Amino acid sequence: MPEDTATEQLYEQEEEVSIAEERVSVATQWQLMWWRFRKHKLALVSAVVIILFYTVVVLADFLAYADPDYSESQRTLLRPQPIHLFDEGKLRPFVYALVGTRDPITFKRVYTVDTSKKIPVTLFAHGYSYRLLGLIKTDIHLLGVQGTKAEDALFLLGTDSQGRDMWSRLMRATRISMTIGLTSVALSLFLGILLGGISGYYGGVVDTVIQRVIELLRSIPTIPLWMGLAAGLPSNWDIVKVYFAITIIISLIGWTELARVVRGRFLSLREEDFVVAAEITGCSRLRIIFRHMVPSFLSHIIAATTLALPAMIISETSLSFLGLGLRPPAISWGVLLQQAQNVQTLAFSPWLLLPAIPVIIAVLAFNFLGDGLRDAADPYGI
Amino acid sequence: MLSYIVRRLLLAAVTIVAISILSFTIIQLPPGDYVTSYIAQMATSGSTVSEAEAANLRILYGLDQPIYVQYLKWMRLIAQGSFGMSMEWHRPVIDVIGDRIWLTIVVSLAAVILTWAIALPIGIYSAVRQYSIGDYVFTFIGFIGIAVPGFLLALILMYFGFVYFNANIGGLFSPAYLQAPWSLAKVQDLLKHLPLPAIIIGLSGTAQMIRIMRANLLDELRKPYVIAARARGLSRWRVILKYPVRVALNPFASTIGYLFPHVVSGSVIVSLVLSLPTVGPLLLRALVAQDMFLAGTIVLLLGILTVIGTLISDLILMWIDPRIRLGGQ
Repeated sequence: MPEDTATEQLYEQEEEVSIAEERVSVATQWQLMWWRFRKHKLALVSAVVIILFYTVVVLADFLAYADPDYSESQRTLLRPQPIHLFDEGKLRPFVYALVGTRDPITFKRVYTVDTSKKIPVTLFAHGYSYRLLGLIKTDIHLLGVQGTKAEDALFLLGTDSQGRDMWSRLMRATRISMTIGLTSVALSLFLGILLGGISGYYGGVVDTVIQRVIELLRSIPTIPLWMGLAAGLPSNWDIVKVYFAITIIISLIGWTELARVVRGRFLSLREEDFVVAAEITGCSRLRIIFRHMVPSFLSHIIAATTLALPAMIISETSLSFLGLGLRPPAISWGVLLQQAQNVQTLAFSPWLLLPAIPVIIAVLAFNFLGDGLRDAADPYGI
Repeated sequence: MLSYIVRRLLLAAVTIVAISILSFTIIQLPPGDYVTSYIAQMATSGSTVSEAEAANLRILYGLDQPIYVQYLKWMRLIAQGSFGMSMEWHRPVIDVIGDRIWLTIVVSLAAVILTWAIALPIGIYSAVRQYSIGDYVFTFIGFIGIAVPGFLLALILMYFGFVYFNANIGGLFSPAYLQAPWSLAKVQDLLKHLPLPAIIIGLSGTAQMIRIMRANLLDELRKPYVIAARARGLSRWRVILKYPVRVALNPFASTIGYLFPHVVSGSVIVSLVLSLPTVGPLLLRALVAQDMFLAGTIVLLLGILTVIGTLISDLILMWIDPRIRLGGQ
């Protein structure tokens, strides 16, 4: 009976559809968001990239092999050095030793590869000592060399003008640059939620005043203002003080965008039935805000925060690049890029521009992740 | 309409006052004052300044008065067209800045105009030919534009210019015109050098504009009136340019207000890398040397510049958007 089977199939299909529908209708909001976020492949990849970046933040000293502050005048401006993986057909990574001499005509240091001397590269080697996670004292590094100090033999990304190892410095810089973004965004978030929340919830005169202040702050060119404020920091402050001062300067402007998002959410939620219901039931204001309103726009806040991070990272990099942000001995991407400021240096030692790559990748990844989160934050939309 | 203009003018005035206070704060921020720097400067050249002299100098410059009096005095100086003396150059601040402020305006305006000229057609193209190869290419370039800060882009381009063309792409003038007085030939030379820095400064803004234009136009193109107009026999491009593009332009225009501060801000740091003769390099130098009147004046001038730019863009917006024009009535 062909007709019967056809109807049966139809029933089955309908059943499947209703199961899927049921799955959607009983899913929690966070589940729905995850399902939607999963569809955004670029955002997923970006999330992985960002996790990798923060792994570097945590394990910076383990991934470095040379002391980032160890300078050596005999090793200035060395080219990046390749690692040879195979030695006479066997997997035995090594690097050739380098001999530095001074060119009698140009007085520049030139390096020749001494192919007779192979220095074996090993995993989990001993190097300079540091505290893993700030607690465990150790001297094990991911890479190292045998027979000599890593500082004297291994230069994956070359060295800078003071003979410090670029790879190891880049690892340490990633730690500072990626966390300074987080601290500034946390501060901006606090200001943004507080002022945006007040603005959106109370409305009226308070709202007008806060909105005008935001407009005002946004109409000021930020970089000159930051430069002026950063230049006022006393030169005898230590790294930690400067770090937090820069954070505050950056968030001074950064909070406006977050405040705008929070206010918009508050305004649209204030009229929702569930908020009105909570009000009629006699909930206190704080309870309404934190128990009923915040959970429903938390996801939007997370998305907005992720999108605010790249701007913070670029701000710190720009300021440090100008020499007004973090200053040596602190190491950040901007501090590293400061060495690449003029074209003559770049033409002879282009590897000094390498720290630009993590800046670009981190900013792109945060942008894609933020886009994905923003789409996912509203799982009921189209 | 009049009330809108008045309100905008008032807001602009308040903003300028706020910026002047901020600039004054920047002047006051470093420890010490003009006289302490002066004494330090004298000490390096071997001469000393006695306590009494220092006190006299403080009275002369009004540094012994409360901070708000000093601020008002600075304001009065500015109203008289003088911005104080540059400590490093020993010349009036206005002379030190000289042509640089005009070149800053020229570079910023060029960046804004190029941003528009590039973003508008590309935005329309990307929306009309959504998911075409061209759309993907422009989207990719757009993301690069957002992710690569202007100064990094300038550095990278300078490197490639030097390595592959052996040319220095920095500067706004050829060496021959660097010190020459203004002439038609110098202006032509300037115009020849202008596009590259303008594109670099404008790139991140351009990228955002393309995204906004594309998204807006996509929303409009899906609306039934477009199909209706097509069904009545209007040609495809005529329909697109006559209706949806005009509607999509509105939010586009409203972002100029933020574009201008962004461009001025970006020009400061890009100028440093490309060694453009704008106020950017001067500002950094003044800040490092703690030449605070010069630095404060530059921040103030840049602030005023953006306020005027934003004001003009708002007036343009009012002119194209009847809803704003008629809203006040």
